[in-house]
Amino acid sequence: MSSKGWGDVLFKNVTLLFSLSIFILTAWIGWELFKNSKLPMEKFGFSFLWDQVWDPVQEEYGVLPFIYGTIVSSILALLIAVPLGLGVAIYLYELAPPRIGNIIGFLTELLAAIPSVVYGLIGVFVLVPIMRKAGAPYGVGMLTAGIILSIMILPFIATISREIFKTVPQTLKESAMSLGATRWEVLKLVTLPFSFSGVLGSIFLALGRALGETMAVTMVIGNRPEIKFSLFEPGYTMAAVIANEFTEATSDLYVQTLIQVGLVLFAITIIVNGIARYLIYKVAKEAEVVA
Amino acid sequence: MSAQTLAAPSYYEIDLPHYRKRQAVNWAAFLLTGVCAALTISILFFILGYLVYHGFSSLNWDFFTKLPKPVGELGGGMANAIVGTFKLLGLATLVGVPVGFLGGVYLSEYGHNKIGFMVRYAADILNGVPSIVMGIFAYTVVVLPMGHFSALAGGFALGVMMIPIAVRSTEEFLRVVPHSVREAGFALGLPEWKVISFIVIPTAAKGLITGILLDLARVAGETAPLLFTAFGNRFWANGWMEPIASLPVMIYTYAIAPYDDWHRQSWAAALVLMMLVFITSLTARILLRERR
Repeated sequence: MSSKGWGDVLFKNVTLLFSLSIFILTAWIGWELFKNSKLPMEKFGFSFLWDQVWDPVQEEYGVLPFIYGTIVSSILALLIAVPLGLGVAIYLYELAPPRIGNIIGFLTELLAAIPSVVYGLIGVFVLVPIMRKAGAPYGVGMLTAGIILSIMILPFIATISREIFKTVPQTLKESAMSLGATRWEVLKLVTLPFSFSGVLGSIFLALGRALGETMAVTMVIGNRPEIKFSLFEPGYTMAAVIANEFTEATSDLYVQTLIQVGLVLFAITIIVNGIARYLIYKVAKEAEVVA
Repeated sequence: MSAQTLAAPSYYEIDLPHYRKRQAVNWAAFLLTGVCAALTISILFFILGYLVYHGFSSLNWDFFTKLPKPVGELGGGMANAIVGTFKLLGLATLVGVPVGFLGGVYLSEYGHNKIGFMVRYAADILNGVPSIVMGIFAYTVVVLPMGHFSALAGGFALGVMMIPIAVRSTEEFLRVVPHSVREAGFALGLPEWKVISFIVIPTAAKGLITGILLDLARVAGETAPLLFTAFGNRFWANGWMEPIASLPVMIYTYAIAPYDDWHRQSWAAALVLMMLVFITSLTARILLRERR
């Protein structure tokens, strides 16, 4: 091969620059969020993370109720979505005939294509009245948000876990079958342990979505900045408070505190997604080694 | 499959009750997974059915042709929001696709190294950053310096969201172009950049368009990043520097307002948005199927 001409060098470096823009962009987002949340940082330091009172009128900005609401609603969502999503993934992988599997897989992915605001709409006009009948005083609240969130994140768990299951080497499964294991035992003793970290990765990915999900949650969680232990009571999440109060924020301190909430959310989701992708990559690699 | 249905002959000393129990667990467990699948599909059908039912009964010609009426007056439509959504998506494509496309070309053609791995990792992580955070970013970068909300800011927010997926899908679709095709180009003495630009990329064109369509379908329904960038507008926007209406934001503001007629229009808007998203992803899938 002849030495590379200037056209090749230029082409390679221009495309390299654009692919590096992913890093630049990520760093830029972090920097902008940091730079524009200096006021509350100077005034409150890190105490805003555990201050419980959110009262913009008195200029008190404690975000603990939002952190609490974000975590509780996300965990509720996982409690419902993990068993259901894994069930779907196992069904698609083990039981469904290819054609039906493809259709159901496609339909499950469709759930992920429904915009967040449409979930919110269904939540407000369908789920909230049901919850009110079920005993929630307002209908809106933590559990309502958790249910809506669980439907939204289910496709991530189902489709990614299914792909992960496919990486399990057939030889491993066949050796268990030849020892007389039933299909369920093969799944429990071979497939699941082998793909454990990938499945965990899909759960983390879903968690990342749930933590940052905004519109649907804003519409059904009740938006009350209080820490209540009943799941029927209204709550508030980090994403929801930004969506709700950003355009109404009157003072610079108020706006910057909301940007700071965004910074916290940014940091958390970077970490959670970082773990998720690491776990998923790890399985993909292991599969190559064994297969 | 057949191994389980074989009846165990009694002269093998098999613990029959135990065997039956294992079989029962097997069937019960798989039945349960079937129930999970059925439940998931019914939820989807319920949502779509409900949307179609309420949306269709609320849709009318005015919805597509008229501006929103002032508060308190019945009727009106969302013509400005429909056009606004398309304008925002066009702007987002201009922002997101060139960056994502060129980045993806690097990953597929030169990215079999540490840099490639890191970029892929970063793109996947950036993809998981909540859309509301992207909204704040666009706010600080575009809205703050300009001093007011604008279509430009909304398009920028959506465009930034498109980048990570555009990078990954470009890479994926360029990768599947066979080596023999590239080698045919090299055999003619073409330099690498010409092979990539005039042979590899055109070969993968359909796939690349598919990727962009799926990317668009994903951001078309985004509301959170538009709330304080594009903001909203009850009239036609004059140019890119003014706040602009969009379907997702209209659905939100109408859904939480206390007027029945607004709720009706919110359903109609949700149905139109949903059709937009579905038609886009369906077109993408059909393109993909033809390619194979």
